[in-house]
Amino acid sequence: MNFERIKEKLNILADAAKYDVSCSSSGSKRANKNKGLGDSSGMGICHTYTEDGRCVSLLKILLTNHCIFDCAYCVTRKSNDIKRAAFKVQEVVDLTINFYRRNYIEGLFLSSGIFKNADYTMERLVAVAKKLREEENFNGYIHLKSIPGASDELMREAGLYADRLSVNIEIPSEKGLKLLAPDKKREDFIKPMQKVKNEIIQYKSEKKLIKSTPVYAPAGQSTQMIIGASGETDAEIMYTSAYFYKQFKMKRVYYSGYIPISYDERLPSIGTEVPMMRENRLYQTDWLLRFYGFDIRELLNKEHPNLETDIDPKLSWALRNLEHFPVDINKADRRMLARIPGIGMRSVHKIIQARRYRKLNWEHLKAIGISINRAQYFLICDSATFETKDRTAAQLKSLIIGTSGSKWRGAYSNQLNLFGSNAPLTTS
Amino acid sequence: MGMIDQYIYDGTFEGFLSAVFEVYERKPLVVKIVSERIATENFFDEEHTIYTDQVKADRVWKGIQTKIGKKAGDWIYRAFLSEKPDRERVLLRIIKKGFLGHRVTEDYADVDVLRLSNLVKMVGREKHRMDAFVRFKLTKDNVYFAEIEPDFDTLPLNAIHFKNRYADQKWLIYDRCRHYGVYYDLHKISYVKLEVSKDINTSEAAPFYFTHDEMHYQDLWKNYFKSTNIPSRKNMRLHLQHVPRRYWKYLSEKQP
Ligand code: SF4
Repeated sequence: MNFERIKEKLNILADAAKYDVSCSSSGSKRANKNKGLGDSSGMGICHTYTEDGRCVSLLKILLTNHCIFDCAYCVTRKSNDIKRAAFKVQEVVDLTINFYRRNYIEGLFLSSGIFKNADYTMERLVAVAKKLREEENFNGYIHLKSIPGASDELMREAGLYADRLSVNIEIPSEKGLKLLAPDKKREDFIKPMQKVKNEIIQYKSEKKLIKSTPVYAPAGQSTQMIIGASGETDAEIMYTSAYFYKQFKMKRVYYSGYIPISYDERLPSIGTEVPMMRENRLYQTDWLLRFYGFDIRELLNKEHPNLETDIDPKLSWALRNLEHFPVDINKADRRMLARIPGIGMRSVHKIIQARRYRKLNWEHLKAIGISINRAQYFLICDSATFETKDRTAAQLKSLIIGTSGSKWRGAYSNQLNLFGSNAPLTTS
Repeated sequence: MGMIDQYIYDGTFEGFLSAVFEVYERKPLVVKIVSERIATENFFDEEHTIYTDQVKADRVWKGIQTKIGKKAGDWIYRAFLSEKPDRERVLLRIIKKGFLGHRVTEDYADVDVLRLSNLVKMVGREKHRMDAFVRFKLTKDNVYFAEIEPDFDTLPLNAIHFKNRYADQKWLIYDRCRHYGVYYDLHKISYVKLEVSKDINTSEAAPFYFTHDEMHYQDLWKNYFKSTNIPSRKNMRLHLQHVPRRYWKYLSEKQP
């Protein structure tokens, strides 16, 4: 292997791939087979974190950054004056195996610029995955990017080797897409998603009948939207997201704050701050939808088209719906417990278990680990002392922001922990 | 004044279970189970040496698993690996409560259960970190070698994870704090006592132990780590929260 040459390619093609924020490597259930290499049956592991705090779980690279398209928001676009490179199929295989054996990674996330045409590109991505599975007996995680416009036949094959497939919608609205990527059509994204969804359903039902049916993309599919490049409201973004979850049974939708990479005047100029707080609020909303039993219409609607930046969406909802509070910790059902600000799903679970043995008071709740600062205004428990004052939403908000000592600290304020240790940007 | 009985055992999990067996057998009024590593001379306590006895240990272990539950057994083992000075006291109380029918993996409002669950969480987190932070280097003998210095004795837990994952390569993970390792020879794992010279990581010595390609792959990985970073999103606080400095020593991507 010519290590110097590989190093150069790796630098170019990892740099070009880093704007895809997905790094999840869980949900596959692919166990080690015949004493081969690797296992993806457990929770995904973050092997390290970049200096911007993102999980590094997969070797995330492009096969090539040559591209025939010119999407304005993308560094790889045809008109951009950058160094170009391309890996050979075998080079990607060797890198993956050698990184995996050293426990650097959980597997490979392979994407690509489009060279020649969609099928030509997709064929090569599939060839890498096939080699890894069939020649190297590799059971680590493989995430392939579906190239918009690739044929159904290739998409079917891709799912037989990959754990996850994704197509990035990138621009949440059709009007935005028209403006920024005029050669791309929304159907080109939708078609492979639909195909993957159908194959997953079909393979699953066949597997019920015939045990030996191979699995198809066991970790499902995901997509990504760029935030803050094309002027959508939070409501537009999250309704699109809710639609994808429902329509295509997406495992994950990722939100990626736009990083200015171009002087194109259709886009935020270079030097504009990455909207990280907004991105974080969208992830929190996503979590409320997937794990907390919220409906999108409760969180975002005509009256509230955008999320508040200074408080998280759950607190925001609670302040708009004070009539549901206070909640009795010792009686309320799971759904209502999960809606109390300052109580995460893990605490909900502990509360439900612990209250079977005794009535819970403040001391117990503190020990369980809820955030009393926030929660105290929204619940009653087995103690004599309570927050009894009738306060307005505005008063509550200033009390809570005041005591949590974390007012608005600017875009880099680290609030990724509001939902416990599972920061939304880590592997899920 | 009543005497306290001190049961001194060898610091192993089997030893601890043997001591628990003796507690039920001899029924002392007030008892303290102490690992010999930290036992100190004490005029007021009566010391008893507990001999590790596999049969007794197995009986207690089986009792825990059937009467208190598999999950409780797992928790007790993990909490034991924390090596915290209060582990014997907490675990003995948990086992007693468990045998009386108390649900020791559920009642989070009970102080002992809470401490147990915290110990389990701490050990679990460290185990998870080691699963992630182990960096194998390929030696000239074709063994993938890694060193760790975990805060708790997590290696027995990590061993199972690595055995499932690297079934087709020989590997050795060495705990430099506790001076033992786990070796996998393509068939089974075994525990090995060994001393590994400290100089193995120096750039002068490395070429002597490791393959030629090994250096290149470390270099590629370091490069990858740099290229995948997005400087305009830099957030060192978050970075350090995930990768605290004390773990950097063995992370190839963090070497200069
Ligand atoms: S097709 Fe993909 S790689 Fe090419 S410019 Fe558009 S987004 Fe970038």
